[in-house]
Amino acid sequence: MSYVAIKGGAHAIAQSNRLLDALRALGGDNSPIEAATIETQLPLLHGRVLSEGGLYHPTLAALALKQSLGDPLEAAFMLRAYRSTQPRLATTPIHDTSRMRLIRRISAAFKDIPGGQMLGPAPDYLQRLFRFDLLDEDQPTFKALARDWLDNLAEEELPSTFPKVVEALRAEGLLAEADPIDDEPFDITRAPLVFPVPRSAALATMARGETGGLLALAYSNMRGYGDVHPTVGELRVGYLPITLPHPVTGEPIEAGEVLITECEIVAMYEEADGGAKPTFTLGYGACFGHNEVKAIAMAILDRSMQAGRTHGPKNPSEDAEFVLLHVDGIESMGFCTHYKMPHYITFQSDLDRLRTTQAKQVARPGKKDQTNAR
Amino acid sequence: MRARKKRKPASYGFGFLDENAKKEIRRAVLKAVAIPGYQVPYASREMPIARGFGTGGLQITLSLLGDDDAVKVIDQGSDESVNAANLRKFFALVCPGVTETTRTADASVIQTRHRIPERALRADQILVFQVPYPDPLVLVEANAGKRREMHGAANYARLWTKLYEDMVTFDEITISHRYPTRIAGHYVIDPSPIPRWDVPKLDQADCLYLFGAGREKRIYAVPPHTTAEPLSFSDVPFRVEDFTDAKGQRRTCARCGATDSFLDELLGADGSRTWACSDTDYCNDILEAARCDRSSKSAA
Repeated sequence: MSYVAIKGGAHAIAQSNRLLDALRALGGDNSPIEAATIETQLPLLHGRVLSEGGLYHPTLAALALKQSLGDPLEAAFMLRAYRSTQPRLATTPIHDTSRMRLIRRISAAFKDIPGGQMLGPAPDYLQRLFRFDLLDEDQPTFKALARDWLDNLAEEELPSTFPKVVEALRAEGLLAEADPIDDEPFDITRAPLVFPVPRSAALATMARGETGGLLALAYSNMRGYGDVHPTVGELRVGYLPITLPHPVTGEPIEAGEVLITECEIVAMYEEADGGAKPTFTLGYGACFGHNEVKAIAMAILDRSMQAGRTHGPKNPSEDAEFVLLHVDGIESMGFCTHYKMPHYITFQSDLDRLRTTQAKQVARPGKKDQTNAR
Repeated sequence: MRARKKRKPASYGFGFLDENAKKEIRRAVLKAVAIPGYQVPYASREMPIARGFGTGGLQITLSLLGDDDAVKVIDQGSDESVNAANLRKFFALVCPGVTETTRTADASVIQTRHRIPERALRADQILVFQVPYPDPLVLVEANAGKRREMHGAANYARLWTKLYEDMVTFDEITISHRYPTRIAGHYVIDPSPIPRWDVPKLDQADCLYLFGAGREKRIYAVPPHTTAEPLSFSDVPFRVEDFTDAKGQRRTCARCGATDSFLDELLGADGSRTWACSDTDYCNDILEAARCDRSSKSAA
């Protein structure tokens, strides 16, 4: 009888999981994709997972992509879940991004900037045309790509630090001084967001937010549901040296470096308090990996939420609660997929209400049905 | 709930979460018990199952379990439902030593989605609910900050208005599940998507009810021997789901014959409908009792 429909769940999911795994191999007789290949040849996808997973573990991020059949949301989720098993060991000092080992750095605000514009690897000026020969790329040609690039590299002494464009604006008094820094940053992995939240909580939430979610909300502001009108003061991509307190001495030591994307947008000036001169305002975005859309979208939302905080939110992108509770990919994806789970009980309750209401409305007027109070 | 004795070597530790996380969750639980019905914010961790699949309940259960516990997991009243089976598999993996059971009477901790077992739970049992929406006021107010103020002032006027408007429009209160319920005379809770059938079981119970909302990062509780009153008007009593058929007969479970349980409606391929207990352990119990009854009679 139909009762058995809800039996056998354990067996069914075991088989479903097996099939999903087998799907990796059922497509053909290719050799298994190596985690290292994902990390080196799909670095932008890999970086997105690092960033949305909120844990800089390149090997596990690659494994997550392999295990999740290339779904970035699922992969980030795996990394995030792994993070829950790890204790918090220390709070790092504030990192100075002027010390980044840059691979790319641009400003849309000035033609020339101290240290120079450096285009680096970017898809912006690609013509999105297919290179059909890549469908059948052979090993020697592939190897030659890297060799040719490295062999023909001009010997050039690069400075170890690049000054920040926004510092030049600050020096001129065109940009407000940076906000005083909280002693202890808000740790979103150890405290829930109860609004209003400090800016550090907003930045941390967006730093591991889902790229598409941040983009959609930032785009609403760009289109007219808001008025940030950003200029990219500086966008930089590179390796940031990470400093940790030494476990014994507490002295800061360099523990390695992480690839990050950082963006500072400059927005139009606002009326200043107490007769001070008006200045440009700033929005800040930063995330793990090379993900420029995310960093720019985050910077715009940082600016729009600051405006919302000062003047009261007039648009969704200016409302911190609206933005921060809806940009996390792990949460939104999870809740979206949960609707596939059985909802027999609640639907039975819904049926009961609808049938009772229908019966009453047909029986109207005057006829009372039997109550079934309990 | 005694601490574990030995740790099985594995890439994930006992109870999955790190010890500090479990301690923090237990603290939030204690606060929730101390302030019945109050939603305690906590730093909900990401779990290896998706948000919305019971991560809030899961975190509470993991922070409570020790290797002398017996855990039962139900979804839609059934131990065999896919989500329940999946969670049970996870407990087996990360909580070595914990006994797994499908028998309500044998469980010290029961994690549930959408049901309260039919038989009343005892004082030594804890029922952990998986909660999608912790705040009943979300029906009438989207902004979390405003909702907090409304709870603080026990200002539930807009909920009452919603119930009243239902009566005007439909001649019935249309809230089918997640029925707003007032705890200890102050906070109104969302009792999770249990049917109205289960709401009266919250009132003056012997057991502890814990509610975990992982995605929304809230924990709340209905402690033992606490009043739990579904919102209703004096002239419009609260009513549970009606299982009488067109002839006015109470429907029975097609499997065990029970007439006092919440029933699942099952559609047959030929369009026919049958009804069966949603609480599978209760259903099995009745069947077993009937079998014992028969065999003792035939022996005599």
